[in-house]
Amino acid sequence: MASSIRVRAIAKNETTEVQTLIQHPMDSGFVKDDKGDFIPAHYIKELTFEHGGRMVFVADWGTAISKDPYVKFAFQGGAKGDDLKVSWIDNKGATDTVTVKIQ
Amino acid sequence: MRFWPALIMLLALSAASPSRAAEGTDPAADARAFRDYFFKKFPDVRPDDFVNGPYALDKDMRRQWEEKEQFPPYEFSLEMGKELFAKPFANGKHYADCFPGQGIGVRQTYPRFDEASGQVVTLELALNQCRETHGEAALSYVGEDMAALTAYMAFTSRGKPFDIEIPDDPRARQAYEDGKRYFYTRRGQLNFSCATCHVQNPGERLRAEVLAPALGILNAMPIYRSEWGGMGTISRRFVTCNSQVRGVPLEPQSEEYRDLEYFLSYVSNGLPISGPGARP
Repeated sequence: MASSIRVRAIAKNETTEVQTLIQHPMDSGFVKDDKGDFIPAHYIKELTFEHGGRMVFVADWGTAISKDPYVKFAFQGGAKGDDLKVSWIDNKGATDTVTVKIQ
Repeated sequence: MRFWPALIMLLALSAASPSRAAEGTDPAADARAFRDYFFKKFPDVRPDDFVNGPYALDKDMRRQWEEKEQFPPYEFSLEMGKELFAKPFANGKHYADCFPGQGIGVRQTYPRFDEASGQVVTLELALNQCRETHGEAALSYVGEDMAALTAYMAFTSRGKPFDIEIPDDPRARQAYEDGKRYFYTRRGQLNFSCATCHVQNPGERLRAEVLAPALGILNAMPIYRSEWGGMGTISRRFVTCNSQVRGVPLEPQSEEYRDLEYFLSYVSNGLPISGPGARP
């Protein structure tokens, strides 16, 4: 199975712009299925972006974030060819990590 | 005297062609009129841009969409479709074995009229026929797998113009006519036809949404709809359209829907495939 994380990081001048799309159901726990039973909450708790040993972006998430979330941000520093490590962990303990090169 | 039979045959032949034309349908003329209507209604929109639906008509939405296209929401489905397409069936055969050109870059030729069965065969139907031929259970026409497969096949056809043929067969002509009638027939509690929204009012708002023009509407299928939070096939789109006008939807891939798809695709002939698409 392919990674659940898509990242594109582009360095420009002094900053790096990062775009990420993550595949995750992000169930809030308030939605019922066809049989009328609640779908248990299943959501990403923490999303982190690490560059050169430094956390450049950390998100504490909850049930209010949409399915397949999209994140875009920019940080100071970062150069072409650097590694950017992206990871998430959800409330069921599942996790995924991907490391990409900054373009 | 022995020339008589040949002469009669000749007469019969020459009489046959005008009488067929006189049946009243000229799909080619229909398609021209259909396109001209939209070109005249939206003189600033490039013909090829109609396949981008509401984004061709609304600047704000277009800006947002262009940004979104750098990271399109259908990417995951596209990848899943590619995997599904490549995965062999239990008997070792593939989807590719059921299609001309191994199924790559053929989306623009569907739906096509199958002279053997006398039916319109859409891409979704062809995929399920392929599964059944090879002993696999049919997929749901409104489910994610079908959307993913058609997304992948559409992707391999991106930029290729719709190339739908109506063979010289009265049944094909009839299917086209039936599809056209379905498109213009009012139904549901709201008493809307497909054309009410997508021919008379494209570019107008329906609550927060901008209605897409019928011209090129299928070129972008399947679509990721933010409203659905997922991908949808042409079948899913037809079913939801029908329930939105508070009508009772038909079974996905019923004859009426397939004929409708035949008509709608034919009148968009020449416009490029842009699927999979993303819509609000």
